[in-house]
Amino acid sequence: MLARLAENLYWHGRYVERAEDLARLINVTAHLNLDLPSGLSAGWEPLIRITGNARLFAESDHPLNERNIVRFLLLEESNPSSLRTTLESARENLRSARDLAPREVWEQMNSLYLKSTDELNGNLGKRRRQDFLEELILDCQQMAGTLQGTMSHDHAYDFILIGRHLERADMITRILEVRGYDLLPETAEELGPFESIQWMSVLKSLTAYQMYRRHVRSRVSGSDVLRFLLRDGQFPRSVMFCLLALEDLIDGLPGEDDRSLRGVTHLQRLLNETQARNLRGKELAGFMDRLQIELAEIDLSIRNTWFGTKP
Amino acid sequence: MNIDNYQPKDFYDELIGQGGRPRAASRAVWKYLKGLDEHELGERRAACDLAALVAGITFRVYFEETGVDRAMPFDLIPRVIALKEWQGVEAGLKQRVKALNCFIEDLYNDQEIIRDGIFPAELLENSENFQEQCRGISPPLGIWAHVCGSDLVRDSDGTMYVLEDNLRIPSGVSYMLENRQVMKRVFPELFEDSGIQPVDDYPSQLYDALASLAPSPADYPSVVVLTPGIYNSAYFEHAYLAQQMGASLVEGRDLVVDRSDRVFMRTISGLEPVDVIYRRVDDAFIDPEAFREDSMLGVPGLMRAWRAGNVALANAPGAGVADDKVVYAFVPEIIRYYLDEEPKLDNVPTWKCQNPDEMAYVIDHLEELVVKPANESGGYGMLIGPRSTKREREKFARLIKADPRNYIAQPTLALSTCPTFIQNGVAPRHIDLRPFVLSGLQTYVTNGGLTRVALKAGSLVVNSSQGGGSKDTWIVDTEVS
Repeated sequence: MLARLAENLYWHGRYVERAEDLARLINVTAHLNLDLPSGLSAGWEPLIRITGNARLFAESDHPLNERNIVRFLLLEESNPSSLRTTLESARENLRSARDLAPREVWEQMNSLYLKSTDELNGNLGKRRRQDFLEELILDCQQMAGTLQGTMSHDHAYDFILIGRHLERADMITRILEVRGYDLLPETAEELGPFESIQWMSVLKSLTAYQMYRRHVRSRVSGSDVLRFLLRDGQFPRSVMFCLLALEDLIDGLPGEDDRSLRGVTHLQRLLNETQARNLRGKELAGFMDRLQIELAEIDLSIRNTWFGTKP
Repeated sequence: MNIDNYQPKDFYDELIGQGGRPRAASRAVWKYLKGLDEHELGERRAACDLAALVAGITFRVYFEETGVDRAMPFDLIPRVIALKEWQGVEAGLKQRVKALNCFIEDLYNDQEIIRDGIFPAELLENSENFQEQCRGISPPLGIWAHVCGSDLVRDSDGTMYVLEDNLRIPSGVSYMLENRQVMKRVFPELFEDSGIQPVDDYPSQLYDALASLAPSPADYPSVVVLTPGIYNSAYFEHAYLAQQMGASLVEGRDLVVDRSDRVFMRTISGLEPVDVIYRRVDDAFIDPEAFREDSMLGVPGLMRAWRAGNVALANAPGAGVADDKVVYAFVPEIIRYYLDEEPKLDNVPTWKCQNPDEMAYVIDHLEELVVKPANESGGYGMLIGPRSTKREREKFARLIKADPRNYIAQPTLALSTCPTFIQNGVAPRHIDLRPFVLSGLQTYVTNGGLTRVALKAGSLVVNSSQGGGSKDTWIVDTEVS
């Protein structure tokens, strides 16, 4: 398959995942704020940091409130990871590679894009916003399902999946970094009554709550949540699951590669060897940073190996 | 429904004949449409708009800088032609394309038609589409224009005329295919036992034609579609055809020509050889080594590879020499010269400004003529006499005198009409027809083609870049239905 199209599909996979994760984040933050007493509000500001846009937002000079932040995350055209630009990129990348994907997937992507643009251009009140984002999550899931069920599981498909899993792993570490830093008290005495509610919100943003309860079988605590979301090999929205998938996918690709595969297995080892559950505050943030840097290196070596344009 | 009150004006109407009665081939569809009530019709129009939008039938217009997609207007009343009549048109098109291919082959090689005094040498010297780089080349099967899209119009007396031939990179066939898909989705009942000829085999016919050009015989020649990229106005079509043929859709940057003049594409497993390129990039941009140096769309060395016979290009570079509007005027002679046959399809009567007498006539009659430059497409550089202002006519008189070779003129045709949905009801709108002719080992003509419709009342401009829409075209075997 053409190197350029492999790259388009890879980015399509990443952008669809990014759109879905963004929708999850916004909805869960809204839910969480309803559950917390006003003084303890988790606030919207972490979302700006999760998506790596603190500086860009600061430049806009808007006050940090829900309205402005949600607007920025959903609509802002100068924000390269706003929902609007993300969906646009997901669609443009698929458009370039549309002869490789089943027609139904293009139609779904197209109608998701058109529908979302309509919604985003309209007056998106809180209630409608929530319904819209929930629909968007389902639409993304539907696309993933249609791909899985109707596209040959060939290299074109592999590249979509590689993009998806790399993006997802990255997003999980960002959620943990920002939420974890804010949430984890330095000492046990500071454990507030709402600590578990807040960790529940982390789980829910990844639709992980139900699976967590089934597999961890204990009350929701920060250390168990960390362990589950970083190391569980069976839950599709844990970092380890994504890394195992990446290992399989990359191993099956043609061509000479050792760097990306080595990067993936190194990350797996790192997760297994680190007592992540004991990480607190700055240490946790530092560890998540390290995971993100290594994920970025994997991204770079994938691009060099398969999308390089050298003859 | 106000279909009952439909009144064709003073033009030939494709569906409705004398006394307001539908023509034989349109009887079934007309009866069906009349039987729908307002609500049912509304439902079908909505379904049709939605189907078109979802499928991404969109058309990018060059001057819209934002590059937003806009759905190409589609009208759900089909244009119907009887099979018997169509068979005549089909034979005429095959004859025409065959002669044009002989003409191009001759121009780039022995130029016998010039030596025999049929085609003036100075026309060739001034031709913008004659490519010096193609001299002495004879592509496989002697075919240069593998895909031809000829525009047909019908005059008030019912005669079909060829208005022009597009031999470079004609587009529109994907709309023909998609329109049929939409119609089958919205009106399944109409297609049962109706004798409507299918159009769906175009992509496989195209693939066969292309595969037959492969330089060396192979079971699975590597065929690719070369597109300028996603911002091209016809990108939708490039992607669509590649997908339907199972061919790779490539851009210039995906291809590379090595030192031994072979063409490869860059893949995730390294370089893979390419045998046939269905190129949808203009000659000027196809190879920066041979043509425009600043082209970012082309492939350096592609002409070398083609000349060496290592890769087939469809259409061949230089094929455009036969589709400028001045050559058009000579097509009847070209057919007689190469095939020794009388043309089966008529040209629109044409004045060549090249000839001083004819130029004088044109300049005196600008008000009633349509003046066309030889080398412009898209309907931008035309003068439509009856609708022109005095200033426009003066401008064209100056243009023609400055460069007579570049202009031809034709009478304003009373283009036929077809019932078309408008805001409130159904009204006659002018249409044309672009069938596609494929030339490879065999010659194939689409069943019908793309019917374009000028949506503005009275307008004769059907180009989609200027607000035209399209219709499904039905070739109906009346002996079945």
